[in-house]
Amino acid sequence: MNKTQSIKLENVSVKYRVPNERIGTFKEYIIRSLQGKIFHEKFYALKDINLEVGEGEIFGLIGHNGAGKSTMLKLIARVLTPSEGRIEVCGSVSPLLELGAGFHPEMSGRENVYLNGALLGFSKKEMDEKYRRIVEFAGLEDFIEAPMRTYSSGMWARLGFAVATDTRPDILLVDEILAVGDEAFQKKCFDRINEFQKSGTTIFIVAHGMDIIQSMCQRVCWINQGNLMYIGDPETAIEKYRDGFRKDQ
Amino acid sequence: MEKYRYVFDAKVKTQRPLEEIKQVYRYRYLILQLLRRDIVTRYKRSFLGVAWTMLNPLGTMIVLSIAFSQVFGIVERYPAYILSGLMAWNFFSQTTNASMVNLVWGGGLLKRIYMPRTAFAISAIGTGLVNLVLSLVPLVIVMLATGVRIRWTVVFLPLPILCLIMFSLGFGLILSAFAVYFPDVAEMYNIGITAWMYLTPIIYPVDILPDLARKLISTLNPMYSIVNLFRIPIYDGKIPTLPEILIPFSISLVFLIVGWWFFSNRSDEFAYRI
Repeated sequence: MNKTQSIKLENVSVKYRVPNERIGTFKEYIIRSLQGKIFHEKFYALKDINLEVGEGEIFGLIGHNGAGKSTMLKLIARVLTPSEGRIEVCGSVSPLLELGAGFHPEMSGRENVYLNGALLGFSKKEMDEKYRRIVEFAGLEDFIEAPMRTYSSGMWARLGFAVATDTRPDILLVDEILAVGDEAFQKKCFDRINEFQKSGTTIFIVAHGMDIIQSMCQRVCWINQGNLMYIGDPETAIEKYRDGFRKDQ
Repeated sequence: MEKYRYVFDAKVKTQRPLEEIKQVYRYRYLILQLLRRDIVTRYKRSFLGVAWTMLNPLGTMIVLSIAFSQVFGIVERYPAYILSGLMAWNFFSQTTNASMVNLVWGGGLLKRIYMPRTAFAISAIGTGLVNLVLSLVPLVIVMLATGVRIRWTVVFLPLPILCLIMFSLGFGLILSAFAVYFPDVAEMYNIGITAWMYLTPIIYPVDILPDLARKLISTLNPMYSIVNLFRIPIYDGKIPTLPEILIPFSISLVFLIVGWWFFSNRSDEFAYRI
């Protein structure tokens, strides 16, 4: 892989094995496997995907529900491993998939900042250094010692965003449009993302809103039922996606 | 600065168990934070807080002592006998259960963000260790109160604790891997662990067992020799003999290696299953 690529997928497929009937119990499983009656249906969530995203690029991903968008993000975030093919991801990845996924309601904001930072792979030393900035960005100085169950959902998401983006990542994964807090905070988020992009962060966006995709992305990839249909400039991708949508109807 | 590079190739067989050890080291701070979360949140809303860690085994001991001391007829040393056994047993049953529950019902954390999958089991062991050390306090108090002498042989206590850690981690990993595929395992384990406890000399003295039963239990139940090794330095006040150390140690080591290997070779699939 040469230096300018930060994400590379080669012939990547993700195969789910779906049992014909759900076998929930151990007993049933043993009986059926003795009888040779376990059948699996193979289901491709992604099929033979080839994709390269360059360093510093803003890359968009579009497709219907269930097309495999989230699966692709999870592959890059290392949550899922592909059944076939090869993945190479260069640099630190910050997934803005589930903001504040690791927050515990009974713990204070401060404790959760450290826990979530650890989930992102930071050490204690790094977190000590980041802590002030995170709290300040989230604008939660007055509430940081209170248990998070007392936070509003907006405060919850603000803290999640602040932890995930304090250090500039090499790759930022964004799922859907950031509906974080009020308009003023949303602007802060976009400013920060733009700043990252200028400093060389690769941004991988999944969205349903075509305006965002069209105005932000340099290249867009359309996937349908696990197959890569088109990669290229946003206008063509969106056009093809909409055509495909009409044909389906 | 060298960038971290993640490469996964479905064709290349990687050494998952070794890779997992590396990742655990890299994410050591996360494990510490998970451990902290378990301890902090468990008692956060209770008035007595962490004191429950000590009061809990003490209460169970009192109940059992009253219930069984007449039956077994060894009155004054019996509370310390039960309590020492319970400490070892609770460590095992709580940590194995917690590693399974945290993995399968851990808020789906595993599906959202990458972390070494053994992190749950390891942090459960850490939590158990904190509880075990804290419950040494009531044990010493009970021993002093009931006139069981505490001898210098307690310095051997880290040995059985090490065995407990290795065995519980190994067994907990195997159990969690099964629980991912079959949620029923969690329910079955609750029953199984109760039966297992009665098959281990925790609340009854070993000598009440008939010869045959004792022989069967001591050879087939790995917890027998581990609990035994736990009691020798503190309750019996003796130095454990070499076989008394080596048998539980090797059993535990085998469980740890097999469990780690079994779990980490399957862990990539877990996110699909949970």
